Amino acid sequence: MNRIVDLQQGDRLPFIQLDPVSRLDLIKYAGASGDFNPIHTIDAEAEAAGLPGIIAHGMWTMGNLAKIFTPHLEEGFIQHYAIRFKGMVFLGDVITLKATVVEKQDKQVTFEVQAANQSDKDVLKGELVFAF
Amino acid sequence: MLKESIGKRSDKVKNTIERGAVRKFAEAIGDPAPIFIDEQAGAASRYKQNIAPPTFPVTFDAGKIDGLDLPSKGLIHGEQIYHYERPLLVGEDVYCWMEVKDYYEKSGNFGEMGFLVVVKKGQSPDGELLFTEERIVIINEAARKGMAV
Repeated sequence: MNRIVDLQQGDRLPFIQLDPVSRLDLIKYAGASGDFNPIHTIDAEAEAAGLPGIIAHGMWTMGNLAKIFTPHLEEGFIQHYAIRFKGMVFLGDVITLKATVVEKQDKQVTFEVQAANQSDKDVLKGELVFAF
Repeated sequence: MLKESIGKRSDKVKNTIERGAVRKFAEAIGDPAPIFIDEQAGAASRYKQNIAPPTFPVTFDAGKIDGLDLPSKGLIHGEQIYHYERPLLVGEDVYCWMEVKDYYEKSGNFGEMGFLVVVKKGQSPDGELLFTEERIVIINEAARKGMAV
């Protein structure tokens, strides 16, 4: 496994592709996070809100995206993690998590982080600072 | 009325980072790594304890801001920003509160949208700031008109 300290600008951490999003994923996240907004778990509620179906919690995807860095937590920690929610995630979507080095300093490395769906559209995008 | 909420804050609430809650959360984001859930791995780590995933503060109770009653419908989560001084440790107490940092309106394709910036902060029992969680919520016109404030 590459160490983050050895990465250079433009380097990427290995992509992670998630299993297709399931209803159970979202029910589990609702329970663990305490976010019981029914547009994430109940079809009729999602449709009443004008959606074609239930959508993932944005924070479910943001939570998943951070796991690219989990194998590196012995090296440092996530100091800053800023995300803009850009698109909805539906049941069955296949999300790929990505992180690319944009800036390297002595004490920290800044990454561009993205979660993209099966059409290669970013659903989440932002910046993460990993500090040593 | 949302504009008037700028600067308002909630009272601090004590939260204890429970091992079971961290495990359940780590599993729910598909990341049940030893550093989060295995007691021995935590003790052997550089943190000497299991840590919580970075988005775990969504579970913290940060109290209520007087007069800020958001509608349950018509809200869009726009942005979420975490900043940490260090990772949060399993077993520690964190005192959390919320502040309304900003509110502004912008015209867009879907009418006049409101942007509410709410910051949740967490302190150690000694008063040391551990993290901030900034959330930008977009509120559409229909939902704002429905707010009975």
